[in-house]
Amino acid sequence: MQRIRLRYTKRGRLRFTSHRDFQRAFERALRRSAVPMAYSAGFTPHPKVSYANAAPTGVASEAEYLEIGLAEARDPEELRAQLDESLPPGLDIVDAVEVRTANFVERLEASEWQLRLAGVDRDEAARAVAAFLAEEAVEVQRTTKNGVRVFDARGAVSALQVLPSQVGDGNDTGTERADDVRPGSPCAILRLVVRHATPAVRPDDVLSGLRATADLAPPVPAEVTRLAQGPLDEETGTVTDPLALDRAAAPAGR
Amino acid sequence: MPVESVFPRLEALLPHVQKPIQYVGGELNSTVKDWDACDVRWALMYPDAYEVGLPNQGVMILYEVLNEREGVLAERTYSVWPDLEALMREHGVPQFTVDAHRPVKAFDLFGLSFSTELGYTNMLAALDLAGIPLESKDRGLDDPIVLAGGHAAFNPEPIADFLDCAVIGDGEQAVLDMTEIVRAWKAEGRPGGRDEVLLRLAKTGGVYVPRFYDVEYLPDGRIGRVVPNRPGVPWRVSKHTVMDLDEWPYPKQPLVPLAETVHERMSVEIFRGCTRGCRFCQAGMITRPVRERSITGIGEMVDRGLKATGFEEVGLLSLSSADHSEIADVTKGLADRYAEDKIGLSLPSTRVDAFNIDLANELSRNGRRSGLTFAPEGGSERIRKVINKMVSEEDLINTVATAYGNGWRQVKLYFMCGLPTETDEDVLQIGEMAKNVIAKGREVTGGNDIRCTVSIGGFVPKPHTPFQWAPQLSAEDTDARLAKLRDSIRHDRKFGKNIGFRYHDGKPGIVEGLLSRGDRRIGAVIRAVYDDGGRFDGWREHFSYDRWMACADKGLAGTGVDVDWYTTRERGYEEVLPWDHLDSGLDKDWLWEDWQDALEEVEVEDCRWTPCFDCGVCPQMDTHIQIGPTGKKLLPLTVVKS
Repeated sequence: MQRIRLRYTKRGRLRFTSHRDFQRAFERALRRSAVPMAYSAGFTPHPKVSYANAAPTGVASEAEYLEIGLAEARDPEELRAQLDESLPPGLDIVDAVEVRTANFVERLEASEWQLRLAGVDRDEAARAVAAFLAEEAVEVQRTTKNGVRVFDARGAVSALQVLPSQVGDGNDTGTERADDVRPGSPCAILRLVVRHATPAVRPDDVLSGLRATADLAPPVPAEVTRLAQGPLDEETGTVTDPLALDRAAAPAGR
Repeated sequence: MPVESVFPRLEALLPHVQKPIQYVGGELNSTVKDWDACDVRWALMYPDAYEVGLPNQGVMILYEVLNEREGVLAERTYSVWPDLEALMREHGVPQFTVDAHRPVKAFDLFGLSFSTELGYTNMLAALDLAGIPLESKDRGLDDPIVLAGGHAAFNPEPIADFLDCAVIGDGEQAVLDMTEIVRAWKAEGRPGGRDEVLLRLAKTGGVYVPRFYDVEYLPDGRIGRVVPNRPGVPWRVSKHTVMDLDEWPYPKQPLVPLAETVHERMSVEIFRGCTRGCRFCQAGMITRPVRERSITGIGEMVDRGLKATGFEEVGLLSLSSADHSEIADVTKGLADRYAEDKIGLSLPSTRVDAFNIDLANELSRNGRRSGLTFAPEGGSERIRKVINKMVSEEDLINTVATAYGNGWRQVKLYFMCGLPTETDEDVLQIGEMAKNVIAKGREVTGGNDIRCTVSIGGFVPKPHTPFQWAPQLSAEDTDARLAKLRDSIRHDRKFGKNIGFRYHDGKPGIVEGLLSRGDRRIGAVIRAVYDDGGRFDGWREHFSYDRWMACADKGLAGTGVDVDWYTTRERGYEEVLPWDHLDSGLDKDWLWEDWQDALEEVEVEDCRWTPCFDCGVCPQMDTHIQIGPTGKKLLPLTVVKS
């Protein structure tokens, strides 16, 4: 059985796709493009697909990962193009490598997020970020199915900064949000690197933390995008490509 | 006039609502056409939540049929849940289509498909959110033409005030004909305003425009007569019938949603109509005559549909799928063809007598073998004669025995409670039947691991059926009868534990009955319920019986009639029924005779296999039964390896 790791995106309006929704859409795309899937054994065979660390519903992502098992070997790049064609625009398959290394999920040590806070002044955001970073721990609460959980949102944060303002802000991911590129309307963009820990700290937990420490309250919901996930380089605070090892292990010429 | 997408404004609301994906569109095989390149634009609505509305075949078919036409555009809209409705009102976001997020008010026609009457309040919510006046009389030149179709439209009188028109029967050709009339009227510069275009539609004889008819009432509250109030408007409006299903292979490219919906499969309608003559069944009466899709037509639709969707299940739809003249070849052919692809087959609506276990085995070959479902509908032999559901208990037990012998372990049986002439004894027989099924299962398998689930719905008399004159059983009597059955099952020590019992209380059925057989006076009730916050009446958690009853008291005040008058009252032969001017093709005298036969427990055969019983449909509509066999086989497709 050949195994292939894929990186995919959730862009624009399709960021509202839940993980379950994506799974169904992906498995149907496999059928439409007649990918020779390997199936699990058992009474109701399922195609072999495993997903890692899905981004929450409503959050866009440039870096989601999954792995599939094939009954017949395929060229990864051809497979990528074929699957991408079969999925709606916004759910895009952007990278594919043949699996040559183990422990992929452990390699996803951290995520880099971009948080777009429309209506928030840059300086105000910078003050809140400084206040947040000055704390050792910031307790936040999140309502889950099992009630309200209280946990620390500061410890897992490896980097948090306000990006310099830029025209068009580089966050145009296919959404028709013409209204907030208005000149003069304030907009702060945060870059956030969070280590994957238990309990998982999500961007909205960090936003709760900013509210708790500095009363930062964006007037409209933040637009959040996962830019990368993978091994964390603590020195530089950057998240690197988790597929690099598989690529490096590939025989020459591939 | 440029029409802007409301999506930027909607998007800001989506993080605050449940399952936002249902509002963003972008489904596989959906279509967004250039607004300005089209001169007739339809908004199509299934007035329920997206998860129920999206898989609806009727809307999907019309969406494709219209979008295939040059210069015509169709987009879909669904009911938004109360969480989004509140936000839309707060932020002034109008009812939108999910395809291009255009405001519904900007379209030329707004067509709603009503499978059930319980969508009426949702229609009002959509109109209101769209900024379209709720009542037809208040609408202006730039408002869409609001029309209803679907089975409930066979009696559109309760929503007559809110509709500009209604169309009954098959919609495929009808929407195209309407499109041409609207197109011509627009091209001429919309002469004569709304009235003129509605008059042109009415004059075809196939579009009902309620406001062109006056209803006169008798002193006792019954209808005196229904009269056209302007020249050229026909006394009766005919239903539409598409004769050759193979000419209409829709949907060709079924929509594949990202959100989870109630049916996730490639559905193919294998025939339309039913001639079994079950007297309670409105669908069977109003969709006559039987028209089969050919085996090769089915094979082509399945193949194309699976390629277009990637679905893992094929549903062969119809009112009684095992009755297709070539069903054995169809199921065997499909099971052979898709054996490698792990495609499951399902056959909803199978009759006990037509069913054979070979068929069931064929269906489960590539997929899971869950339970078998049968619908004897009535517990006693006597009541089954009344409703003309010709299944003997012996047939059922024999079928079930074979099923158990083939490895099936679970049988589900559907029944109705509240059928005409029904007594407690008829309903208690349901429990006996379940016990006999389990006893037979234990005997055949030699084990005790046998389950039978009994599922019971309340009977609601429907227009255009022989039971349209029948009294409906009151909610209290329904509940009392079901309680007796429940006790008799629970207290049975030998079988009680193996029988599952599912039923609904009688209250929703009374509201459905009020809306099904109501007349124009019910409009005020629907309006009052909507104003009081009523929405999603088909959903248990949103439905409020007390609200409906309170609003009925208010809405019907001064009319001299009440809820009981509409529901539990038996009608007489001479009474003018609210839907008499809508012609389903069924001869009213034939329906009456069949009603009399029911009371005398006389059965009527299926006219597909036996001579005609003169129900009136074929001569009236100039149609005829269309069935096979064609003698053709469904061969496996050769797989071209790439």
